Amino acid sequence: MATLLIRGGRVIDPAQNIDRTDDVLVRDGLVVSIGHEGGQPLGKADETIEARGLIVAPGLVDMHVHLREPGREEDETIESGTRAAVAGGFTSVACIPNTEPPIDTQAAVEFIHQKAARADTCNVFVVACVSRGREGKELAEIGRLVEAGAVAFSDDGAPVYDAELMRRALEYCRMFDKPILAHEEVLELSRGGVMNEGLVSLLLGLPGMPAAAEDVMIGRDIALTEATGGRLHVMHVSTAGGVALIRDAKRRGARVTAEACPHHFTLTDESLRGFDSNYKMSPPLRTAADVEAIIEGLVDGTIDCIATDHAPHAREKKMLELDRAPFGILGLETAVGLSVTRLVATGRIGWPRLIEAMSTLPSRILGINRGTLRPGAVADITLIDPERSWQVDVGSFHSKSINSPFHGWTLRGRAVATIVGGRIKHRLG
Amino acid sequence: MPAATLNRESIPLQSIPPQWTHRHLLDLERLTPDEVRLLLDTAALFKEATDGCRSKLGLLAGRTIVNLFFENSTRTRTSFSLAARRLGADVIDFTAASSSLSKGESFIDTAKNLEAMGIDAVVVRHSTPGTPHLLSQYLGVGVINAGDGPHEHPTQGLLDIFSIRERRGDLKGVTVGLVGDIAHSRTARSNLWGLMKLGAHVILCGPPTLVSDRWREIGVEVSHDLDAIIPRCDVLNLLRIQFERQNTRPFPSVREYAHLYAMTGERLRRAKPDLLILAPGPINRGVEVTAEVADCSQSLILDQVTNGLAVRMAVLWLLCGPRGGQASGAADSRQERIV
Repeated sequence: MATLLIRGGRVIDPAQNIDRTDDVLVRDGLVVSIGHEGGQPLGKADETIEARGLIVAPGLVDMHVHLREPGREEDETIESGTRAAVAGGFTSVACIPNTEPPIDTQAAVEFIHQKAARADTCNVFVVACVSRGREGKELAEIGRLVEAGAVAFSDDGAPVYDAELMRRALEYCRMFDKPILAHEEVLELSRGGVMNEGLVSLLLGLPGMPAAAEDVMIGRDIALTEATGGRLHVMHVSTAGGVALIRDAKRRGARVTAEACPHHFTLTDESLRGFDSNYKMSPPLRTAADVEAIIEGLVDGTIDCIATDHAPHAREKKMLELDRAPFGILGLETAVGLSVTRLVATGRIGWPRLIEAMSTLPSRILGINRGTLRPGAVADITLIDPERSWQVDVGSFHSKSINSPFHGWTLRGRAVATIVGGRIKHRLG
Repeated sequence: MPAATLNRESIPLQSIPPQWTHRHLLDLERLTPDEVRLLLDTAALFKEATDGCRSKLGLLAGRTIVNLFFENSTRTRTSFSLAARRLGADVIDFTAASSSLSKGESFIDTAKNLEAMGIDAVVVRHSTPGTPHLLSQYLGVGVINAGDGPHEHPTQGLLDIFSIRERRGDLKGVTVGLVGDIAHSRTARSNLWGLMKLGAHVILCGPPTLVSDRWREIGVEVSHDLDAIIPRCDVLNLLRIQFERQNTRPFPSVREYAHLYAMTGERLRRAKPDLLILAPGPINRGVEVTAEVADCSQSLILDQVTNGLAVRMAVLWLLCGPRGGQASGAADSRQERIV
């Protein structure tokens, strides 16, 4: 009976409304209790972590990660991506199926599970394709994919373009209670674009992707969700208009959830002035007003959670002209630092809300049995030093890629221990 | 009227004036008004010193300039080549079609290879905005932007402004209308920054699909009605419709566009009598401008070509010429040859 005692940290578990200084006892990979067990003081354990001054939270969950395997192992592998995850404090990731080939069969889901088991680093939950071959023409075998363990469905990288197919997907998934994770973009409006359409794109002469391209599609999908009673999860919301649409939909009781990425509440399109392709992602960096709307959405709960859209690209692919370089930015190893620096240290949200956004709610949206420290729960636990100031160095990243524009930034807040199923997978001194 | 601001004493050709500190010319947006004036004054000196850009100077003898053109160009490339040769530099033309780019090499590797051959400056034309800026970060030699997609074309902006200044003197208070495809025009983007820095009033004119109202945010006037602005303009710069850069047509037909925005003889008669007409070329006669206007006495279209040489000589010299005080022996000997 292996026991682990995490002593004297600030234990935050929004699922149980807990926020107090206490001990957490883990035995055989499960949480035994917070505080005293059966009235007895928590005594000696096989291993003890002193957590004074640290946040002790249910393991963080990133529900939007591109692990690139199979097919683009030069960018990332399940092994390297999960190591980046635990280094960033994540005990679970949901991997997006825009791989080569895409994850649209039971065999492909099984492949991911096996690779993740072999890597033995963090939990990998599989998001499978909405459409067969991710071609947007006919539904993938969603029922069989659910049997194989898929937790959600997405054609991310691209929207589900055919409105009728999207309607069918939302309807069909109701019987499994699985969400559709939607990349919202009207492609005719954003075609050829490399950045947000606005004053900066106008001055730089770069083709723009208007906010309307995102808003129009969010509006369509909300309407389809309300018409079908399905579950829509809006990925990487980047516009003030999108936040407003989701807020209204939630008020009406629509089954809509949403995520925002750290780069979208940190950077604006002004960053593109240096023409650095590390600032090129889809949806693009928007304006200061959009950044503020995203933060307000996170504050009032319109945006449920924080996800990274971790999108690694090998260095040579990003060393191209802006229009030829691919969209994407790394996220796993900077998410905690950016979120603490931008949201908590500035007083916009408190720690319980941050943990809710990075663990409780993504677990709930995906329907996975994670995101809490209830007795009997799997002991996925993240310890965060809320005050630790550190400098981002892409050279020390565990990811295979280095496409992060945050290199050299000084951030506050860092995961200092990541415990997956009771085993310590990442530890900083 | 010759440019009144020309001050020969302040710009000796022996060495680069100390107030010029740039290693690259990437855009006009980030130059100061004084730096724009210095470029124009230097160009005026070169025009005079070369008998209207017809004779040769040895100022850059022994230097090698590379024209690195990833996008087709005849006039700009020829103009840079000629400007470099007028200064005694060697010129290498490198075009994408003949390069290893077609074999999959990245533009950065291509440029680094050229640099390793011991060159002094790269003149870059590329269809993607910012490519010269990226090259300047990777290369140790001077980079001159000869047009980066719709972003900027600084020497075109300078030569347009130079041509206006030659006729009008000071630009302060002069009203310049840039008409046409502003959305895709690097000429417009360089012109407007240069003109604003020198105190001109800039009007951007064209349909809303080509002229965004957002331009007002940087302090220029936006109009969608050419007839309304013509009587107020001292200069009109007629920009080409860049059909090749459009996703979808920004207007229903060329006929309708010409009806609304072509500079015709009829429109010319409603303008100030001394209105100056510029067109960066190549012009689509009948679309932006009729033949009658292109060939009229107020047209500076041919001045622009000559002045392009003067401006490009000035730019090449400011980026590759000897720095004052710390000039090497080789540079000194080159200077002696000039005198």
